[in-house]
Amino acid sequence: MTFTIANTLADVLAALAAGARPIAGGTDLVVGARQGKDSLPETLIAIDRVGELRTIEAADDHTRIGSGVTHSMLVSDPLIVEQFTAIADAAALVGSPATRNVGTIGGNVMNGSPAMDTGAPLVVLGAEAELSTTAGSRRVSLDELWVSPGRTSAQTDELCTALVLPNPPDGAGSAYVRLEYRRAMEIAVVGAAAAVTLDGDVITAVRIALTAVAPTILELADLSGLSGRAVDESFFAAVASAASEQAAPISDLRASDRYRRHTIGVMARRATEAAVRRAQGEVIDVPVNRALGVGAAS
Amino acid sequence: MTNTIELTVNGVPYPVSIATDRNLSGVLRNEIGLTGTKEGCDDCECGACMVLLDGQPINACSYLAVQAQGREITTVEGLASGEDMHPLQRNILATGGVQCGFCTPGMLMSAHALLERSPDPTLEEIKIGLSGNLCRCTGYARILDAVEATAVEINS
Repeated sequence: MTFTIANTLADVLAALAAGARPIAGGTDLVVGARQGKDSLPETLIAIDRVGELRTIEAADDHTRIGSGVTHSMLVSDPLIVEQFTAIADAAALVGSPATRNVGTIGGNVMNGSPAMDTGAPLVVLGAEAELSTTAGSRRVSLDELWVSPGRTSAQTDELCTALVLPNPPDGAGSAYVRLEYRRAMEIAVVGAAAAVTLDGDVITAVRIALTAVAPTILELADLSGLSGRAVDESFFAAVASAASEQAAPISDLRASDRYRRHTIGVMARRATEAAVRRAQGEVIDVPVNRALGVGAAS
Repeated sequence: MTNTIELTVNGVPYPVSIATDRNLSGVLRNEIGLTGTKEGCDDCECGACMVLLDGQPINACSYLAVQAQGREITTVEGLASGEDMHPLQRNILATGGVQCGFCTPGMLMSAHALLERSPDPTLEEIKIGLSGNLCRCTGYARILDAVEATAVEINS
């Protein structure tokens, strides 16, 4: 078993082409190996010191979050908190400070868990994953990337180098809400992210995605009927029923399928309510779970 | 494969020869002989193994020791200055925040990192700072008291 620390992206991509597997914070890879799920790969290349992967860059029409950006960096970045708030809501809930210090957004996305916290926010904010090899880069939608629990469509020599998001229009707001049994070291029982755009009191765009109710992060389909409507009780009720109807949850030790199907409607509604309030200009602190007392009691 | 590397712990360089899959907490305890860092759950849940890597708390049970080369590792043994306890250590004894003591090194490291970053934290910030550390004896209140008392001491 060999281990190398990379200093440049070129070094990482060359190592992957030669069969190495990447390790960033190791919060999934090493924990999984110690639990006996999968042994560590034979050849590891550490990517956590590659500066090119650890930046958040804003351009005129899009923002590029390097895959090596940690959850702690996301929560403390003003651009993410102000413009891509749902991602900050999610990053603030991941694990504990120790997890957030080394765990990365790229690792969260490529681990492919249907319970990943940053996944639903990335979907509703329109993110694409940038996958790179020594030959070049391509962008794929997250829907195309996530195949099944723990599996992505990326090739073994491809590294997720960034998540690329369109900059939100004026009047936009987003939020991520998670049902949890405790306040730290928790995995979503279910979760929901919402991104809405308002023109006055009228919804002009809405996207909602769900965590831990399907084999991959699930974006709600057929929401176009909700655009053009006023923000009122019937809008939020429609969101809740769409979420409960479209969810395809399983029963496991964390919750039954029936409980998940019910609570996902509640979480989708709460996320949408918070996203609307933010779109109206209200500042709700990150994470919404703590600011609004959602989730486990203190 | 054995990696011959150097780990810098509490400012002291230690040469070690270790396999790639060794965790940092095990190497700190067995090769380097610093047993203040505890192994609790060995699964990133309890925080007994908390050490600082370049000043940030990490779970040493689930961090590869080889990945810590070139970084500053701080363990609970690095807190005191000679015979003088760190204010956090003194205050956690004074408030009664230590019972069995197994969580104490990890609690101290999380609290230390918090106060370095945020010397005047709110109670909520202290709770978040310690949220990756479990204690099954104290009920936490006296541990929180110790961190608050230390913040007051630092700021006076």
